Amino acid sequence: MGAGAARVPRVGVVKLASCDGCQLTLLDLEDELLSIGERFDLVEFPEATSRRSEGPFDILLVEGSVSTPEQAEQIVALRAQAKLLVTIGACATAGGIQAMRNWGHEPTWRASVYPNPEMIESLAQATPVADHVTVDAELRGCPIDGRQLVELLTALRVGRRPQLPDEAVCLECKRLGRVCVLVAGGTACLGPLTQTGCGALCPGYARGCYACFGPRERANVAGLSGWLERERDAEAVDRLFPGFTGWAPPFREPASRAMARTDDSAGES
Amino acid sequence: MHTTTAVPGEHQFDVGQLTRVEGEGSLHLRVAADGSVDAQLRIFEAPRYFERLVVGRHPDEVLDIVARICGICPVAYQMSGVHAFEDLFSVQVDPATRLLRRLFYCGEWIESHALHIYLLHAPDFLGYASALEMAADHRQLVEQGLALKKLGNRIVAILGGRAIHPVSVRVGGFSRAPRAGELDELRGPLAEAITMAEATVALTAGLDTPPSERDVRLVSLRHPAEYPMSDGRIVSSDGIDIAPGAWNSIFHEEQVPWSHALQARAADGVPYLLGPTARLVLGAEQLHPTAAAALRATGLELPDIARNVFRSIVARSVELLHAIAEAADIVERYRPPERPAEPWQPRAGVAAWATEAPRGLLFHRYEVDEGGHVTAAQIVPPTSQNQAAIEHDLALFAPAVLELPHDEATRRLEQLIRSYDPCISCATHFLQLSVERAAETA
Repeated sequence: MGAGAARVPRVGVVKLASCDGCQLTLLDLEDELLSIGERFDLVEFPEATSRRSEGPFDILLVEGSVSTPEQAEQIVALRAQAKLLVTIGACATAGGIQAMRNWGHEPTWRASVYPNPEMIESLAQATPVADHVTVDAELRGCPIDGRQLVELLTALRVGRRPQLPDEAVCLECKRLGRVCVLVAGGTACLGPLTQTGCGALCPGYARGCYACFGPRERANVAGLSGWLERERDAEAVDRLFPGFTGWAPPFREPASRAMARTDDSAGES
Repeated sequence: MHTTTAVPGEHQFDVGQLTRVEGEGSLHLRVAADGSVDAQLRIFEAPRYFERLVVGRHPDEVLDIVARICGICPVAYQMSGVHAFEDLFSVQVDPATRLLRRLFYCGEWIESHALHIYLLHAPDFLGYASALEMAADHRQLVEQGLALKKLGNRIVAILGGRAIHPVSVRVGGFSRAPRAGELDELRGPLAEAITMAEATVALTAGLDTPPSERDVRLVSLRHPAEYPMSDGRIVSSDGIDIAPGAWNSIFHEEQVPWSHALQARAADGVPYLLGPTARLVLGAEQLHPTAAAALRATGLELPDIARNVFRSIVARSVELLHAIAEAADIVERYRPPERPAEPWQPRAGVAAWATEAPRGLLFHRYEVDEGGHVTAAQIVPPTSQNQAAIEHDLALFAPAVLELPHDEATRRLEQLIRSYDPCISCATHFLQLSVERAAETA
């Protein structure tokens, strides 16, 4: 978009099944929010504005996983209105923590929470948006990182590709000069497998990475999970893989084994 | 307007998806021929089965998982959970850790209250669709709100790594405690924020408030020495006084067909109100002197605030100031705990506790086996508990606005609902307003 003739992009921010934390990350950009409001037209953002739009959108940010029959229809309709559809966060990109039910028996789970489960509409599985429609770009994280969101919006505004890291948490952690929690501290850590974006947060707070940002490309999942099972205990694997990005395909196999060991309803159908 | 006639003599009025609230819900009103109104807050947020997700997990994993119930108040979920487990396992945390936990919670109150006051609720009073639109005419005001919110987020991020879904809360303390001097960066911003929050109290007390009269049961924690947050007994304005783990002895949850959120009720069926107004009225004597002075300066008496639902924004502002003043005190005298977390051993039993989320009492109950694994969970968020009071207040208030054009009626009804700062993601999700009306005018 050239200077002078610039058209302000129409942006929508919508949610499916989620905690609202990723869209809140936009409102948490306290220093940038007002200038974002000047450079983008936030035509649909129910959490922040009473003005509504059903589209079309130049950019649509989608939070949450597809979890109900309504949402499965809604995401198809939204896709048709969006030039660029960007999924934000672990729920939208990997299914989120609620995808743990994908290994269980959904009616059993539903009945364990609601006294009248027949009143609740829910799909058997909670799935990432890309299982339903084409996704143009994604921001990982549980929640997403504000700096990455600014980079994405800046790149889209000027028409270049966003520069997002695709290296492991482990590498960033090393660069920050931290003592390794896994090797030196004996704490199970998914840092070697997980895409960074958080600033290697957990090792900096004296605990292992639990994979908020999901698997990085070519992660050696079998290598680390096998090593953890041999050198630490199988329980460490049970604890870590069935988490916020456990339904992401590279993590699904160790997560499945863990769920089979720990979830009583996993075998029911 | 979606006006349909379901029952002869009735009208209905629907407000579509509610905006500037956390999550997805709607409102449906049924107006009988005699003009009386029945209100249903419909929460259709997709269920995520958190009570089941934590089964089989260890306490520290539960703290990571329950944070994800709400992006706006993850600290509250971690605090109710961690106190429940520490109570069951008889863990005594270091007094310095206890203060850090209070600072952590203050950070969330500051962030959540500033978000609600400035970005979600103030646009109603000043006539804008959003804070971004409001900023065109009131830039300084919005910048003040953002500065306050940023400070709250900064406090949570220093202690927990990040503002949303912090990573450091562990049974026994934190995975890492700040070094001496590490909190000093907060001193200047906290001192500035006290001035801004004092201005917020004066500003919200001066807002033009729609008339509203109610007499509602108030419920909050009460502690003999501190403003209610993580400790104390559950009390009410009409004599309830129970231990923080004994929620089920007075209250219970029900499922209603129009909502994905279970609704909580007291045994006698009387609706009750949680949150800033309830805490302020029941805990006024524990307010920080700075907040008490600002409240006095408004000239408003506590009953004035409790009676008018729209004055919750004043109570929220007073609490914003309280949390900033208390945070400043804690930072001022901070000394690191001897170790970040106390060791602990699991024990089979029931772990139950309630703390004060920004929106009100948040109750957790976990059944735990000998190995420390959770075998059953019950989580009762404040919005589930406020639903009955919201519906009650809507039924009282609606007749005064239903003759207005639909958009205006919707705006006024949404303003009332926002007074409760409903967190539908917590309760589950989805809010839309609809009204059924008597047929004689149809």
